[in-house]
Amino acid sequence: MSDVLKRRFVDQIKVLFGTEPSKPTEITPAAQKIHFYKKGNRDLIAQNLHARAHAEHKNTWRNRRWATLIFANLLFTLSFALDIQILEGALTASRFVGFHLIDLNSALQVMLAHKHIINNLLIGTGTVLVLWVLLGGRSFCSWVCPYHLVAEWAEKIHLFLAKKKLVTDQTIDRRLRTVFWIVFALLAVATGYTVYEAISPTGILSRALIYGPGLALLWVVALLVFEIFFSRRAWCRYACPIGLTYGVVGIISPVRIKYKLDGCFHEGDCRKVCLVPHVLDTVIKGRAVDTEVPIGPDCTRCGLCVDTCPTGSLSFEVKGLSKLA
Amino acid sequence: MSDNDTDRRPPPASTPAVSISKRQTNRRRVLRTILLTGGVLGAGLSGFLPLIYSQKKRLRPPGALDEKDFLASCIKCGQCVQVCPVSAIKLADLIDGVGVGTPYIDARAQACDFSCDAVQCVLACPTGSLTYHKPAFLPVRPGAALAAKPILLAKEKDAEPTLNLSERMGVARLTRPEACLAIQGKGFKGQTRGPDFKGTMRYMDVDRWKPIKIADHPYDVPECDLCARECPIKGAISIETVFAPDGSKRKSPVVHEPCVGCGVCEMVCPVEPTAITIEASEVWKT
Repeated sequence: MSDVLKRRFVDQIKVLFGTEPSKPTEITPAAQKIHFYKKGNRDLIAQNLHARAHAEHKNTWRNRRWATLIFANLLFTLSFALDIQILEGALTASRFVGFHLIDLNSALQVMLAHKHIINNLLIGTGTVLVLWVLLGGRSFCSWVCPYHLVAEWAEKIHLFLAKKKLVTDQTIDRRLRTVFWIVFALLAVATGYTVYEAISPTGILSRALIYGPGLALLWVVALLVFEIFFSRRAWCRYACPIGLTYGVVGIISPVRIKYKLDGCFHEGDCRKVCLVPHVLDTVIKGRAVDTEVPIGPDCTRCGLCVDTCPTGSLSFEVKGLSKLA
Repeated sequence: MSDNDTDRRPPPASTPAVSISKRQTNRRRVLRTILLTGGVLGAGLSGFLPLIYSQKKRLRPPGALDEKDFLASCIKCGQCVQVCPVSAIKLADLIDGVGVGTPYIDARAQACDFSCDAVQCVLACPTGSLTYHKPAFLPVRPGAALAAKPILLAKEKDAEPTLNLSERMGVARLTRPEACLAIQGKGFKGQTRGPDFKGTMRYMDVDRWKPIKIADHPYDVPECDLCARECPIKGAISIETVFAPDGSKRKSPVVHEPCVGCGVCEMVCPVEPTAITIEASEVWKT
């Protein structure tokens, strides 16, 4: 990794915890050359090709993701409903054909509250940790978390209303999520109760899907109403400590989105569909520090930007695999 | 259209004069942040409801740690619910006040009759909330410990007849002796709890591995002894001859030390409301 990318890597970790991405102080000569070229030239052929690409709207990754998310949650539900026992439990903790799987954030809460760790807890947490390091950290959010899916649908309503100028997106300070993470961790240690688990919409929804709905769903509905009428994707963007936990896991994950500078027209369509647009700061004109820039750990690897990008400048990458090819 | 998101730009090193509208926007943003903080933390307080409701005792699954430790360690996954062959375990909802998503047993509706033989829920628990061996640093309340491993009548003839339980879930108590049919010297004939009762239980004389509906197993007893007859634990309850305050002899169910508090007696008691109940997390008092 070159020095500029190293600096960006550190900067993106800060962004994960809530700071705003900073303007690059140093850009590699190769990237500078492209930035300079783009200022003075217009490639008409590329422009035409790209205009044509705009015409067709792809949902490839979104469909794959929705299918995966629904399949995973359905497997939980069916394992219990039909007693096929493949994936028993809920998202907080489960057993996949006998192997313990325990959600990292829930495990953390329990460890902090109970201050005693049994082997099964350790094994399950370790397995999930390895799993999500390999699969991309916050990809848990967009590929598995059931709240993400309903929030995505709520987001569509929000965007529709916003287009009609009935609502506006009220942004909130992103550092709040880090504060929540610390507050809930401290609460668990101090009170001995897994306070966050009581309000985790992920846990509530997952249990509702498996064991039947309950009144706790009202909290989920309240969150969705808040997101529709007040602040776009507020829970996932500004509040959810689970997202931060998996974000930290994603720091070292090889699965990520890669940005290629040369073909990009800097229109910002990707940033408009993105759940966490601060990770896509690099696509702003003049910001890319290198010709190829990996997207930071707060990215949920949802692939909406990959679907949206008309030039193919954003793509999935598994670090190391490209070197093999 | 080029991406020109001005408010994402970090401010220059020296603090410039901020326009009034910008300052207003910033102030609103701070207010909104405080609003969301308040909302989420306010909702987080609901996590403490079990504390407020703590006088309302709920029967937890077998092998559960003491209430406070149980709430600390339960990860709310419901794996105990999934393995229970008689679906005795339910997950608590918001208004139950015993912790959202934590398991409990409503013994009157469906008691734990240990038809799994091995206390499967304990086996399923990933965090040790339900446990065979309590960690050494957690104290055992006096009277909560069982004097000996309870013998499960259903597997009394097996090589290993005991249940791997060292503490009781609660204790059965004759709370309404005036309603008890045994005390009145009455018998019982028919379906206890009526034809619509959904509760199930294992009857060894029917099928060891398949619990059936209690409604499908009618009784005909000259003197009611259903609680003692169906109790799955050896020596936990018996019908004894006792002396009434006026000196006359009569029959009465008597609970003994091996009672683990499973709740089968409460479930099968034919009178409404039940004459015998489980007092959750109660200890044995001599």
